[in-house]
Amino acid sequence: MLTLNCPYCGVNADETDLHGEGEAHLKRHGPGSSDDEFHDYLFQRQNPKGVHFERWRHIYGCGKFFHAARCTATLQVFGTYSAQTLEPPQAIKDTITAARPGWSWGDFS
Amino acid sequence: MKRYSAFAVAREALRNHTGWNRAWAKPTQPKKKYDAIIVGAGGHGLATAYYLGKNFGITNVAILEKGWLGGGNTGRNTTIIRSNYLQDPSAAIYEKSRSLYETMSQDLNYNVMFSPRGVIMLAQTQSEIRGYKRTAHANALQGVTTEWISPQRVKELVPIMNIDGPRYPVLGGLWQARGGTARHDAVAWGYARACSDMGMDVIQQCEVTGVRTHQGKVVGVDTSKGPIDCDKLGMVVAGHASVLAEKAGFRLPMESVALQALVSEPIKPCMDVVVMANTVHGYMSQSDKGEMVIGGGTDGYNNYTQRGSFHHIEETVRALVETFPMIARLKMLRQWGGIVDVTGDRSPILSKTPVDGIFVNCGWGTGGFKAIPGSGWAMAELMAKGQSPLTEEFNMFRFREGKFIDESVAAGVAH
Repeated sequence: MLTLNCPYCGVNADETDLHGEGEAHLKRHGPGSSDDEFHDYLFQRQNPKGVHFERWRHIYGCGKFFHAARCTATLQVFGTYSAQTLEPPQAIKDTITAARPGWSWGDFS
Repeated sequence: MKRYSAFAVAREALRNHTGWNRAWAKPTQPKKKYDAIIVGAGGHGLATAYYLGKNFGITNVAILEKGWLGGGNTGRNTTIIRSNYLQDPSAAIYEKSRSLYETMSQDLNYNVMFSPRGVIMLAQTQSEIRGYKRTAHANALQGVTTEWISPQRVKELVPIMNIDGPRYPVLGGLWQARGGTARHDAVAWGYARACSDMGMDVIQQCEVTGVRTHQGKVVGVDTSKGPIDCDKLGMVVAGHASVLAEKAGFRLPMESVALQALVSEPIKPCMDVVVMANTVHGYMSQSDKGEMVIGGGTDGYNNYTQRGSFHHIEETVRALVETFPMIARLKMLRQWGGIVDVTGDRSPILSKTPVDGIFVNCGWGTGGFKAIPGSGWAMAELMAKGQSPLTEEFNMFRFREGKFIDESVAAGVAH
């Protein structure tokens, strides 16, 4: 079973206590944005086979949203971090770089 | 190709079965160039190739498969065939598909063991009653034969069912008498044999590693067996559609998640229809071997590993036990997972792409098996003529226009 550490309450939560909320770090384009930008925000997904950043909610715990970095090809968890950020913290990026040399994704590197 | 028949069986019985040929040729190396390349030798890919040849005479075709034939979701589903969808475009393509299943064994000269035993979708809440009555009315207008049936009729059809469970009583059902099941491997094998007979190359263990384009048009693919040129490219790779699309330089509005199924030990015949219970999210049928084939819901996160979480199986079985008390004492034999490609509106994508000459057929999500022949028929027309009445509404640009074919609301979740 997938286990993720909730960065808010510190609990190692089982998958049954959590709810997956899809890809993280999507930019919500505001008024004045183009149709394409809003379409991409709503529907287009990276869906990578490999490193994936995603939102989770500790739904049967503290109820808060957080972010997780995971590998969809091996189910390895690289770490979890606060949702109050626009990109993964350096420590998470370093962990991923150590595990997946040459890794890059989207706007992060 | 030697035809399979009762006479052939008798003839071979008299000469120690020395006269059988390979069902399909096994070319190890691809040719330099094909008119069309289909990536993915699952049911949908093989059906696309078959109808390209049969309906449009395009036979210089290669079907590339990174694993083995029918080894992905074609070999991992619960083999249910039905067409009781709410939206018109869905009903059209799924009903086309169901009707093609009826004559598939004759068309392919290969017994796919299509068994139109009937499919019941149980209504276990008030909202499901309203939903399925609405679907039955919609189906009547679409020319799909379904009917709303009472709990008593459900009990007659499935005597092993407990219809007055305390938590999920059976309040009625949507009955499609002409739905059923078919042998999943035979569908892939039958199409492969027919494709091979038309001179197409089914090349296994040949992974596409890159897509070559020139001035916005596809010119070929790079594979683990070397580069191959082509005029048209059909991507029919289900769960890996996003990965392949990225190689071609575009993205798809979909995510890949694991869907699991399991079978019990074989028991004597006890249920001769397919039952789907969407509220509790489980569906069950009995295979010809006697195993109870059980499917559940998808996992809630992106996954490419063909493994799922055990608690989903537990939830599915726990819920089905109330409706089918007798399965409580069954031992489960096998469990497996497949990677399904799920779009925002739970409807497939059959479409041209931003790259000229590349066509994509994906997004069948949790219900691709039933659609194999219809999907192949429509995709072949799309690839040969550039358009098809069956695929028009399923283009990948519908999300931008807001023209969803929303089956996620219409069909509950399992479909």
